[in-house]
Amino acid sequence: MIDMEHFLVVAALLFCVGLLIALSKRNAISVLMGVEIMLNAVCLTLLSFARFSDGERQVAGQTFVVFIITVAAAEAAVALALAMSIYRNRETVAVDQLNELRS
Amino acid sequence: MDAAYEVIAFYVLAALTLGAALGVMAARGLFHAVLLLIVTFVGIAGFFVLLSAEFLAMAQIVIYVGAISVLLLFAVLLTPGGTEGRRNPETAMLAPAVLLSVAMAAVFLFVIIDADWTKVDDSPLVGAEALGRALVGPWVLPFEIASVLLTAALVGATMLARTPEEEAEDALA
Repeated sequence: MIDMEHFLVVAALLFCVGLLIALSKRNAISVLMGVEIMLNAVCLTLLSFARFSDGERQVAGQTFVVFIITVAAAEAAVALALAMSIYRNRETVAVDQLNELRS
Repeated sequence: MDAAYEVIAFYVLAALTLGAALGVMAARGLFHAVLLLIVTFVGIAGFFVLLSAEFLAMAQIVIYVGAISVLLLFAVLLTPGGTEGRRNPETAMLAPAVLLSVAMAAVFLFVIIDADWTKVDDSPLVGAEALGRALVGPWVLPFEIASVLLTAALVGATMLARTPEEEAEDALA
């Protein structure tokens, strides 16, 4: 059996790659991809902890992952609809050009 | 499962997943980025199998690879030239983002290696049946709220994605 720390290290590195993508990309859809990678990394962390716990906590960890996947799906649908709506009005989805609220 | 195969599978999956995630960062076009993102999702599903969560691995494939990736591909194809403008680079403020990510990775790695985890290695594994019973047992309220959330997101996404002409037609009807 592989140690829990191995899974945690992979999940942490994956989270940081997702963070890098979400912070540095200019395209809103790329930012969303980074967020999805971060959510997946957190799911992996929760499942690693669940795997190395006993019965009830193991089920709780898996249940949390079910809810994360659900919320991620809802978030992706709304975010992409927003991106399309912005593109229709502004002909761009670059997050650093959407600055009307700046005074 | 034989232990040696498990270790090999772990390292292959780790290389595949992290490599594909870095590929999303480095990819030239958005289309390639989405394809590499699909590889990342499949790699994570492989980790779920290694962690004895077969049901969630299947859910991951169906939802992420089947639904969210297709949604992303549609969005990429429907917003051509989305970031063409004054400046042209794909990324902005790359150096601070790299710095922050590396710093966070260092903190995470320090905590993971330094902490004294209490582990239960030989606990009996729970299957999909226990997960299903938990979802309609102690977790039934969050489960119902999740269904309301999904309905709200569906209606909201439909409203947001309508064109002005469609909205005008609906107002007349």
